Amino acid sequence: MDLRELYQEVILDHNKRPRNFRVPDPVNRKAEGYNPLCGDKITVFLYIEGDVIKDLGFQGTGCAISKASASMMTDALKGKTLSEADAFFEQFHTMLTVPTTSDVEMDALGKLAVLSGVREYPMRVKCASLAWHTLKAAMLQTEHEVVSTE
Amino acid sequence: MLSNTVSAFDVQKIRRDFPILNQRIHGNALVYLDNAATTQKPQAVIDAMVRSYAEDNANIHRGVHLLSERATQAYELAREKVQKFLNAPHAREIIFVRGTTEAINLVAQTYGRANVGKGDEVLITEMEHHSNIVPWQMLCDEKGALLKVLPITDEGELRIDLLDGMLTDRTKIVAVAHVSNSLGTVNPITTIVEKAHARGIPVLVDGAQAVAHMPVDVQALGADFYAFSGHKLFGPTGIGVLWGRLPLLEAMPPYQGGGDMISSVTFKKTTYNVVPNKFEAGTPNIAGSVGLGAAIDFVKSLDFAAMQAHENELLAYGTRALTAVPGIRIVGTAAHKASVLSFVMEDVHPHDIGTILDQQGVAIRTGHHCTQPLMERMGVPATARASLALYNTKEEIDALIGALAKVREIFS
Repeated sequence: MDLRELYQEVILDHNKRPRNFRVPDPVNRKAEGYNPLCGDKITVFLYIEGDVIKDLGFQGTGCAISKASASMMTDALKGKTLSEADAFFEQFHTMLTVPTTSDVEMDALGKLAVLSGVREYPMRVKCASLAWHTLKAAMLQTEHEVVSTE
Repeated sequence: MLSNTVSAFDVQKIRRDFPILNQRIHGNALVYLDNAATTQKPQAVIDAMVRSYAEDNANIHRGVHLLSERATQAYELAREKVQKFLNAPHAREIIFVRGTTEAINLVAQTYGRANVGKGDEVLITEMEHHSNIVPWQMLCDEKGALLKVLPITDEGELRIDLLDGMLTDRTKIVAVAHVSNSLGTVNPITTIVEKAHARGIPVLVDGAQAVAHMPVDVQALGADFYAFSGHKLFGPTGIGVLWGRLPLLEAMPPYQGGGDMISSVTFKKTTYNVVPNKFEAGTPNIAGSVGLGAAIDFVKSLDFAAMQAHENELLAYGTRALTAVPGIRIVGTAAHKASVLSFVMEDVHPHDIGTILDQQGVAIRTGHHCTQPLMERMGVPATARASLALYNTKEEIDALIGALAKVREIFS
């Protein structure tokens, strides 16, 4: 596989200029994620009103794949309900791990489909999914919690 | 033209001894630069292990049959080879374990538990691998003892000037790496031993990263314990060595209980076997010991001085080449280094470097290298690490530099 299919322009752009790389104000959910394999650390912040994600952001250090994934995730989920975010998580996870993901399912993921190249690199799937596992923990928890992808 | 020192060392001939090196990865010639994680195995080691299973397999120290006798002899012969390799006074001082990690845990759990009490101190250093931190941390937590950490400089050298001040009447053991796995720093073991011994404190040396790169003479070093892993010395995984001074080993309680470590057992009382059997409960890694013996034979067949000169020249060549790449910074610039080139690249995470290099056949390690406190000290979340062995070449360093240009191209 060509490296350009993994490191697409959109990914490199989100890596260089991550969207929502901030602590939202106000904020009422927060979780920390950690990948001990590479030392990536991320904190996902949410502001939830009722069952809607009104605002979200993230902070931390990581590789281009984990940063771009986090950045695009925050873009995609603003204004979504918690159950819509859950469904998004499932679709994204399927795309990363199941080789036969159909075009229809990919369409539902929108821009995030550019990360589908990651599934050709099994060692990097955890990079792409770290922010998402952390998001899930933040949605479930009100207290500060560390999530590990190991 | 190669210089005289290097021409004495025929690297192409050496490479032919390692079958794994002759392959393509993602369509490119394999450039294996992850030797600090594990080294590759020469054909002689592979053959010795196959022979052990194909011809001599039986359990040791029991059974009167010929196969058991042959297996026992092979196992004890490997012990003698290790003894000579380390210049240890006695073969009985060589204890076979799974690797460096188990060797350090053995000392922490036996010598440590018997000698470290509440309020006592264990001294390690800021550059230790997790395997030379966590066993001592566990011991200190259990005993209410204090784990003290000798700092390093920004270059990655131990602050030996602070050592005297950190050794106290409560210090029960000093544990230090011979060579840092993340930085390549070669530590001044004899100086550390002198200072510790002046206060009657024993010293354990983690030799995992040293044995493949320099001659190790435990008597010249003067340390009390020396640990290393077979797989970082061109031998198999799952076999390693703890050397310890005989009086210390004899005074230590056993490690694990089981067969072979006893001389007699009743339900009321067990009498323990002598050293080294006291520390080798259960059926050991017999084929692994044979493989380690073969690895030592392999290393001893080489001109070690020429091998070191070859590695030093590669390290200097790699250091110059990496330093010349814009945006790359080498992490760990001690005056005395071996084998390791750890680096970071501006605006590119080491993990991305690792993936892009792998696609070009270049295998390096990326991450914290099991030295998280050291990464924090050096102010980096992770590094990319190219680590050398005797079979590496200047052309492979060139391939690394070429592959890094591709990283820059993608991330420009």
